[in-house]
Amino acid sequence: MYRTKDGEDIFIIDGHTHFWDASKGNQKNVHGTQFIDCFYAYHKNLSPKDQVWEKEKFEKYDAETMYRDLFVDGPDDMAILQPTFLTDFYNNGFNTTERNSAMAKKHPNRFILNGAFDPRDGEKGLEGLHEQAEKYKLKGVKLYTAEWRGESKGYKLSDKMTYRYLEAAEKLGIKNIHVHKGPTILPLNRDAFDVADVDDAATSFQNLNFIVEHCGLPRLDDFCWIATQETNVYAGLAVALPFIHTRPGYFAHIISELLFWVGEDKILYGSDYAIWTPRWLVEKFMDFELPDDVAKETGVSLTLEAKKKILGLNAARIYGIDIEAQKAKLRAGELVAAE
Amino acid sequence: MSDDNLGWASEVLACLDRVNDPELDESVTSLGFVTGVLVSDDGRVEIGYRLPTYWCAANFAFLMADDMRTEVGRLPWVTSVGVELGDHMYAETINTAMTRGQSFQEAFAAEADGDLDGLRRVFLVKAFQRRQMALLDYLLAAGRSPDTLVALTIAELQSQCVDTGALLLERYLERRGIVGPDGPDAPAFVDEHGRIVAAADFPAHRRTLRRVSVNVEFNGALCRGLLAARFDEPEGEPTLLDFVHGRVKEDRRQAI
Repeated sequence: MYRTKDGEDIFIIDGHTHFWDASKGNQKNVHGTQFIDCFYAYHKNLSPKDQVWEKEKFEKYDAETMYRDLFVDGPDDMAILQPTFLTDFYNNGFNTTERNSAMAKKHPNRFILNGAFDPRDGEKGLEGLHEQAEKYKLKGVKLYTAEWRGESKGYKLSDKMTYRYLEAAEKLGIKNIHVHKGPTILPLNRDAFDVADVDDAATSFQNLNFIVEHCGLPRLDDFCWIATQETNVYAGLAVALPFIHTRPGYFAHIISELLFWVGEDKILYGSDYAIWTPRWLVEKFMDFELPDDVAKETGVSLTLEAKKKILGLNAARIYGIDIEAQKAKLRAGELVAAE
Repeated sequence: MSDDNLGWASEVLACLDRVNDPELDESVTSLGFVTGVLVSDDGRVEIGYRLPTYWCAANFAFLMADDMRTEVGRLPWVTSVGVELGDHMYAETINTAMTRGQSFQEAFAAEADGDLDGLRRVFLVKAFQRRQMALLDYLLAAGRSPDTLVALTIAELQSQCVDTGALLLERYLERRGIVGPDGPDAPAFVDEHGRIVAAADFPAHRRTLRRVSVNVEFNGALCRGLLAARFDEPEGEPTLLDFVHGRVKEDRRQAI
């Protein structure tokens, strides 16, 4: 919970968190080492100096640390766990749904557990999706369309097989499709950054929400154009938000473009924990004001109302969270814990 | 290294200044990607470069290496050009391709899906848009009205830009031909399809350009930051190349 200077409580849902294990023992090869090194560079480069972790802690942190960073020291009320498998790089995977589920099970009122699928797994993967959905009661999935696999350089949301998965997702009540369209996980070919396939799928699946994580960076320009035409396309702020500290000027431009094209009802806050911790992100975002020249040029404003939507109300709406009921549950949980 | 070689190294660096990261539209030298240049007495050149992450897109990495090879190969005294990428997941493939003179398709075979010309064009158009934005910002700040700007021909525009504007103009005109004919009588400001911008559409046109510029600048900031964090170099510190280019002031040299 974040309390404003006027004493108003703001309910915060962190749309993008991970509970990973990239420890030396779990690294399968040089790619595993380089992957976490790259994450660490993001962390080190964009975090305030006093928030930078030791490398070893960054590679593997325990459940208590994560809980404390998000909900005790940090202002998050709830968080969505987004999986990243990377089983080619890590012996037990990097941040699998299974690993995340242990976290979610321990704190059921705090976490929303998302799954994943890859249409290149074919029929078998479809069965797997049914099993996952049943086991974890999924409401969302995270997809990496740009991931290389064998000779495949990625896939598109507009592929025939992806459509079958999306049809299955819709039937299974998995309403929220988070698509990683951002900085790369694996090296990409010419189309992998492309966000045009989101346009196609969003038109065909009007009952699903497509949350474009990292708001299409490094293709923000193309993304904004698509998002404005589709009512069910959302922007995830992870990776864009930390610039609020190191490059507030750039962040002002980014958020104003998103407000203009995507609108305040369709932007979702995400810390990308443990790359960044929520406390400073939320505090800086709440204090942030658009510079006059940017506001004037784009004609948008970042009001308190807009901030509340971005930090929690939008995610609550698409994940079907009743905020008042959730607050009551969390209060009850605290009382039990205190006894 | 003899004086001749030092002179040659400067010539090589001047060539590399003209090679851009296609996505960021900044030169590989100013981005800090080039780590070293070696010139031997018989005219062989070895260039080392690196990228902000181990994962940077293979196609961009290849394009830059290819451009460096081509640009430096134009110097009359050069007998061979070696380009070596370090700390990258496809370093070996790209370095081998450079040695053998292979294309992207040949180098990556099944993993690639065709030549890189299409990709190259996408980013040249973005560079055109970004450079136009910078020039327009300058001209509007100098008090020009959108109505007069959209009516200008290239020749008229050239006669009007001085000082800072001249540099912005030069950069813009380098890319103006990407989207259509750029003779002296051609319209100075056109959209990404080479179409004339009507005065009424100017605000929308400018917003499109702004979107592209914001995106590119954001990527540039990210890449610089990641490079600095990866190689543990404080941002903004002078690099080896700054010294070679004489971009570091004397007092700074002594301090270092």
